[in-house]
Amino acid sequence: MTSTLTITHLTKRFQGVEALTDVSLSVAPGERVALLGHNGAGKSTMMKVILGLIPATSGDVTVCDAAPGSPAARRQVAYLPENAAFHPALTGEEQVRHYLRLRGEDARQALPLLARVGLHDAARRRIGTYSKGMRQRVGLAQALIGHPRLLVLDEPTSGLDPVSRREFYALLDELAAEGASILLSSHALTEVEARTDRILVLSKGRLAASGTLVDLRREADLPVVLHVTARNGYASDIAEALPGAIRVGAALHLTCPQSDKLAVLGRITGLGDKVADLEVLPPSLEDIYSHFSRGTV
Amino acid sequence: MRRVISTATTEFRIALRNRWVAIALVLMAVFSLVLTLAGSAPTGGLGVDRLSVTVASLTSLSVYLVPLLALLMSFDAIAGEAERGTLPLLLTYPVSRGEVLVGKLIAHLAILAVAVLLGHGLAASVSISGDAAATSGLPALWRLSWSSILLGATFLGVGYALSALSRRPSGAAGLAISLWLGLVVLYDLALLAVIVADNGGWFTTEAFPFALLANPADAFRLYNLSASGAATTAAGIGGAANAIPAWQSLFSILLWPLAALMLAGAAFRKVTP
Ligand SMILES: Nc1ncnc2c1ncn2[C@@H]1O[C@H](COP(=O)(O)OP(=O)(O)OP(=O)(O)O)[C@@H](O)[C@H]1O
Ligand SMILES: [Mg+2]
Repeated sequence: MTSTLTITHLTKRFQGVEALTDVSLSVAPGERVALLGHNGAGKSTMMKVILGLIPATSGDVTVCDAAPGSPAARRQVAYLPENAAFHPALTGEEQVRHYLRLRGEDARQALPLLARVGLHDAARRRIGTYSKGMRQRVGLAQALIGHPRLLVLDEPTSGLDPVSRREFYALLDELAAEGASILLSSHALTEVEARTDRILVLSKGRLAASGTLVDLRREADLPVVLHVTARNGYASDIAEALPGAIRVGAALHLTCPQSDKLAVLGRITGLGDKVADLEVLPPSLEDIYSHFSRGTV
Repeated sequence: MRRVISTATTEFRIALRNRWVAIALVLMAVFSLVLTLAGSAPTGGLGVDRLSVTVASLTSLSVYLVPLLALLMSFDAIAGEAERGTLPLLLTYPVSRGEVLVGKLIAHLAILAVAVLLGHGLAASVSISGDAAATSGLPALWRLSWSSILLGATFLGVGYALSALSRRPSGAAGLAISLWLGLVVLYDLALLAVIVADNGGWFTTEAFPFALLANPADAFRLYNLSASGAATTAAGIGGAANAIPAWQSLFSILLWPLAALMLAGAAFRKVTP
């Protein structure tokens, strides 16, 4: 099985600014990949290079066995740009019909497509009257045209409410099940972690991390936080038994590296009745994300 | 082909909803009628029919109005898409930049053509209903009609080029208005000033005809005035129509639309979204 998208040693320089530095990655058919990174990390730039909108400074990009932006690639790749605002004078249906005809598809699919993104009732209204989320859905509808093999979605869920986001990811699951590859950018790690197969973190144009959340968690190796609540009067005893713990009233806060977690837990259970309660807090998704995003790798 | 037609239909719909169609039709119809009615009074003694007189004033109308309408319809074509963020999307579709441009051109040119033909049709029917001899002015009117449409194509192409170069609709609008003022209004004034200063020297005899032919609006005016023989009724620059052969101005008005569209294509090709 060949991959849908292969990028090797991609570098993109704008006058003076190095937006992407030596990025290599590949996306397999049916794989859902999330691209994360701070503002200006190079997410949109990478997508534009993949689509052939801007040339790479160096490196190789292969999209569906073709060069980016070539007719063969364009036929098989769908795109959702960030902040696309369609012409306010057209209705949603007219806009999607136009996009269907540009792809050589039957224009009558417009209504079913709009229904798929929940815009059926507004399809005959002008886009100028749409809310932000509704405009974003017009963009999603056009990205679904003609069974693309690769969908490149730049912040597709920005402007969508939580319920719509859920529906959107359900839609992606269907597409991926049919074999489409999906590359989407986002700022919400909590949102993409359960709904994508792999996470890529870009930091200042470099690929800082790549893998499932479990991989990233292991690789980041951030300390675990333990909250121990002492039974009445035993707080000092516990504090003595656990050097490094910080007392917060009747509770003690303790941090330890992943590798020491089991040993520390053993010591705490050894304290027996003195402990009223114990909470183990793994590093949050945001912690992991900022770890890679800050480039402290 | 289907992609070009779809682009044209979509653009036409947008122009319709943005009232450009209504504005173009109403302006051409109203001004043509006013000029026809005003021009019909003092004929008789000149031995010229009503319509031929009207053609001379319709020529002046077209020189101002057609470029203006064309620039107003075209300045947003590429800059607007760039600003809305739909240009990068469009360029990832299996459609070439040339097809996009031609689609827009067909829609805008169709609107201009309908407006021109409506105005001229009204002028012809009013003239002929008042003076049966006016039918002899029909060939001149027809020549004015198709050359107006070519003039429109030139300024549409130039408008697309400005739109591609400036990338922002506000910038493109400013450039379009400046260009209109420059080519249609100030150019002739500047030429006159130079001629006065030159006092019959090299510029007046050698460079002046080329300066006129190089400006699509002047070439259009020259062609229609020289061909209709109505040049004598037009003062100023129009007088030069006698000195320049009609084939030269015809060549200019045929060449300009092609040049302008090639310019637009080149400018659009250089746009990176
Ligand atoms: N056309 C351009 N000319 C010059 N520099 C550019 C251009 N486009 C992007 N850049 C620079 O490249 C870098 C990456 O920008 P990019 O838009 O890819 O970031 P991003 O990750 O998409 O950010 P965001 O989360 O804010 O959308 C930025 O430093 C930006 O200033
Ligand atoms: Mg971006």
